[in-house]
Amino acid sequence: MILLFIVFCPLLAALAILVGAPARRTALAASAFTLLATAGAVFQFDQAAQGFMFVSSLPISAEWRLSFILGLDGLSLIMVLLTALVTLAAVWFTGEIKRHEHAFYACLLFIAAGALGAFASLDLFFLYAFHELALIPTFLLIGIWGSGDRHAAAWKVTIYLATGSFILLLGLILLYRSVPEAARSFDLRVLQTAASAGQIPVEAQRQIYLLLLIGFGILISLFPFHTWAPQAYAAAPAPAAMLHAGVLKKFGLYGLLRIAIPMLPEGARHWAWLLIILLLGNIIYVGLVTIAQKRLDWMLGYSSVMHMGYIFLGIASANLLGMNGAAILMFAHGLSIALLFAIAGQVRERTGTLVLADLGGLGRVMPVGAFAFGLGAFASIGLPGFANFSAEVMVFFGAFHKGADFDRFHIFQIATLLALWGVVISAVYMLRAYRATFMGSMPERWLSVPDLRQPLRLPIALLVVALLWLGFFPQTFVRMLAPNFGAYFSQNR
Amino acid sequence: MSSLLPWFLLLLPLFSAAFIVLVTNRSPTISAFVSVGAALISFVGSCLIFASPDTAAVQFTWIDLRPLFYVPLGLTLDPLSKTMLVLVTGVGALIHIYSLGYMRHDPGKSRYFASLSLFMFSMLGIVLANNFVMIFIFWELVGVSSYLLIGHWFERDSAADAANKAFITNRLGDFGFMLGILMIWAATGSVVFGEIAGEMGKITGHPGYVTAAALLIFCGAVGKSAQFPLHVWLPDAMEGPTPISALIHAATMVAAGVYMLVRVGFLIQASPEALTVIAWIGTITAVMAGLIATQQNDIKRILAYSTVSQLGYMIMAVGLASGEDAMFHLFTHAFFKALLFLGAGSIIIMLHHEQNIWRMGGLAGRLKITFVTFLVATLALIGCPPFSGFFSKDAILALAYEKNMPIFILALFTAFLTAFYMLRLVVVVFFGTPRSEHAEHGKESPFVMTGPLLALAIPSSIAGFGFFAKLFLNVPPAHEGSHIVPILATAVMISGVLLGFILYRNRDADPIDLALLRRRLYFDEVYAWLIRSTQEALASFSGFFDRWIIDAGAVRGASGATWGLGSLLRLFQVGNLQAYSFLFGLGIIGLIYFTVFR
Repeated sequence: MILLFIVFCPLLAALAILVGAPARRTALAASAFTLLATAGAVFQFDQAAQGFMFVSSLPISAEWRLSFILGLDGLSLIMVLLTALVTLAAVWFTGEIKRHEHAFYACLLFIAAGALGAFASLDLFFLYAFHELALIPTFLLIGIWGSGDRHAAAWKVTIYLATGSFILLLGLILLYRSVPEAARSFDLRVLQTAASAGQIPVEAQRQIYLLLLIGFGILISLFPFHTWAPQAYAAAPAPAAMLHAGVLKKFGLYGLLRIAIPMLPEGARHWAWLLIILLLGNIIYVGLVTIAQKRLDWMLGYSSVMHMGYIFLGIASANLLGMNGAAILMFAHGLSIALLFAIAGQVRERTGTLVLADLGGLGRVMPVGAFAFGLGAFASIGLPGFANFSAEVMVFFGAFHKGADFDRFHIFQIATLLALWGVVISAVYMLRAYRATFMGSMPERWLSVPDLRQPLRLPIALLVVALLWLGFFPQTFVRMLAPNFGAYFSQNR
Repeated sequence: MSSLLPWFLLLLPLFSAAFIVLVTNRSPTISAFVSVGAALISFVGSCLIFASPDTAAVQFTWIDLRPLFYVPLGLTLDPLSKTMLVLVTGVGALIHIYSLGYMRHDPGKSRYFASLSLFMFSMLGIVLANNFVMIFIFWELVGVSSYLLIGHWFERDSAADAANKAFITNRLGDFGFMLGILMIWAATGSVVFGEIAGEMGKITGHPGYVTAAALLIFCGAVGKSAQFPLHVWLPDAMEGPTPISALIHAATMVAAGVYMLVRVGFLIQASPEALTVIAWIGTITAVMAGLIATQQNDIKRILAYSTVSQLGYMIMAVGLASGEDAMFHLFTHAFFKALLFLGAGSIIIMLHHEQNIWRMGGLAGRLKITFVTFLVATLALIGCPPFSGFFSKDAILALAYEKNMPIFILALFTAFLTAFYMLRLVVVVFFGTPRSEHAEHGKESPFVMTGPLLALAIPSSIAGFGFFAKLFLNVPPAHEGSHIVPILATAVMISGVLLGFILYRNRDADPIDLALLRRRLYFDEVYAWLIRSTQEALASFSGFFDRWIIDAGAVRGASGATWGLGSLLRLFQVGNLQAYSFLFGLGIIGLIYFTVFR
């Protein structure tokens, strides 16, 4: 029941807003209730149990073996919590909307509902369909309410994500067909059982994994399919960028962790080299591109692409440590990038520009904004104390562990080394941008820029407290993730 | 005594920082007292811990994925950490008090004291950590508190740049540090110091591996302790308020590298090659910084290079496999260098933020307490018997004499340089005639600032004596043939003093002009060029490539319509987003239907 509420609350609220309910208040209430319910689920969650909890299912077609099934394990619960947190923050940070206010808030809630549904679905069909539900309002938000060259950005993001979804769909269909006829089902649990029993042939695993990797990869902005992301985030209104970069982009990673790695272990092994090369493209190449950025929003967009590389590294290492790290890093990155986009949006609202050369010294007039951005910046570059660091530690140790020996560094050790170098790169671009925006001498014209409004401190605090909590107590999530991740690895060994 | 006391001690400054940020941010006076109170309680608690024989504290779990990976949050309570605890909180408390005076009119006082408390938390964490991951956590946290404090006056471009430089340079060292930690963990299966020490047998058979790991861990210390070639951030860090320079960039944080190396001495001593490299890095740093210090004109920069040089001595001792000697010098240096900086701060603030020594002069009469205490610290630094620095420097010199003659000669030369540049500083600043208006009218600082000076002057004088040092340290026994070393050292020191005095007495400008040293051996210029020609060039090339090749190419490829996207694309160009979305959804359903069910 609680899960049904979590998924349908934003959906119904969005519909209510479309038919005329007061937009902002309804959206705020719905996202607050969703977060409360999610918090309830977190407290009820049984950390010792394997499998899924809060399962509710509604058979749709016996002939197609299709049912609407919702359920949570540690991984999906974490993602649902992330969605609930970021949704509330994004709605809260939404400023004055000059046209179609109702449609704007409805779009935000549709994204939230789509993401929540995708993370909570135990059924392949609905997992995919919910994600599509979330994508469409994203395009609309950029195309209608965006800034700058918004049409070009919306166009590009649509082409990319539609292509990604399409390849993904092919992969999922092949996956469905790869298990013997009798075992075929859209139910992830049934598929997983078949996969764990070795019923997916090695050759099929390799083909399907590649399709899933590319399909999900495009959605996650895996190098070299990443160029849509910075442009889209720069053009998108801040709440849309928060929701997409913070939450929706994680769908692809979630898919890899939920489907590709546990169901296609042989495929993952076979293509590990490819993934390593691409993820290093994310970390090193995109890292360098990030340094070259001249605008705050583009820098944030590229940095978000870069940080996907670390999550990929955890996934690529395909061991307990790396997967735990990847899952927690998804959560951490989602919160920190949402915070950064939120503050960047506030800066743009006040100054009308995010060109770094035009900004400067804003810490004097926006101390709270500067402080919040600083927290987000340090979190995102993996400063200890924030969730990002705990997660990166697990990713690095997990990756380095793979095939380590005394004589030389193998591919995973080299990848870890380069990824560690990326930590230096990210300090360079983040601190430079911070210095260019908030520190140093300030141009006269920003003297009258006001600080953040008081009420905005609450969503900031929400995001920061979650980041700090996991920085200090990462074991809270590790405990939730361990049973199911542990099961995959004991079965696949 | 409760084994929770060390945890209380560690977390108290963190709570103080959080309290200031969340509650008293708008009342700077209260913030200051919260922070100072926390520091004083920390000091008292440290003394209690020091006095108690307890060696165990409660342990918590940070990440537990056993058997693969386990990181506890545990504390080490051995003589080494207990001594550091007293040292850090003692010097820290004095500098907190001094800050009350120094920062009394600063508009960012709350932020300053919050950052200072955050620093105390981080530093205590380094001291107490019982494993590599935990020390790395606090290692980075002192980095960020140092960043905050260097950039305290963030409206100044120079301070903002210095803060970035410090953080990024330290990250460079931390890159190696983390890699070293990973190597050690991969080989021994643990990150806890005690367990690694027990598992060393697993890796000693692979000397190349041990050397690589030890040197990578040393990288962390090179960054934090400002050793060549990563020393460039420390002189720039003087952009921060002077009490910060005293506490963080002289007495404690920069010594953390040395402390960490002593803590994992069992590891680096397993590799003779690594030890040799470490000893030489320390030596090169000591000589190089000493040379540069002779030609600087900013009082804080002279002291900063002096710090780099003295840290070089400590690293040298680590490399010569004597953690005791390194700790001894760390211990005495913390007092007299903090005193020197606080003295400099007293001068700077009384001269309205004048830092150029050539615009000072004749201050001995007007700033009496500052002068006398500064003199005591100078004598300690140059190794004048019987002040504290004499004993600790002598121990390192004797060690070098015994183990490595070239290093000994260079260390002796550094001792000469130290005496020379300090005498230059003292003579130019305190003697002669005032060379600026402010210098003529300077008045002594208030007691809240001179008090800590007097308090630090005591250990600066006596910390070298056995009765005092042995309370805190495992003072190494006198080295073989060591009677010749103190004689040589004293002779060298006296010649440095004489040369400095004769050259700089009654001068209004520097009689020596060596651009090479004045411009700090052009390190900054070379590094700037290196960064421009590598990182920046690569970054702009990648930026260009991403925009004009990958992006443009991919978009063209996509519009090539391999999957029939061409028609969708045209639809979209008409601007009919909803139609597209609808069709797309329809297509998916159709596709599923036809592939799966037909």
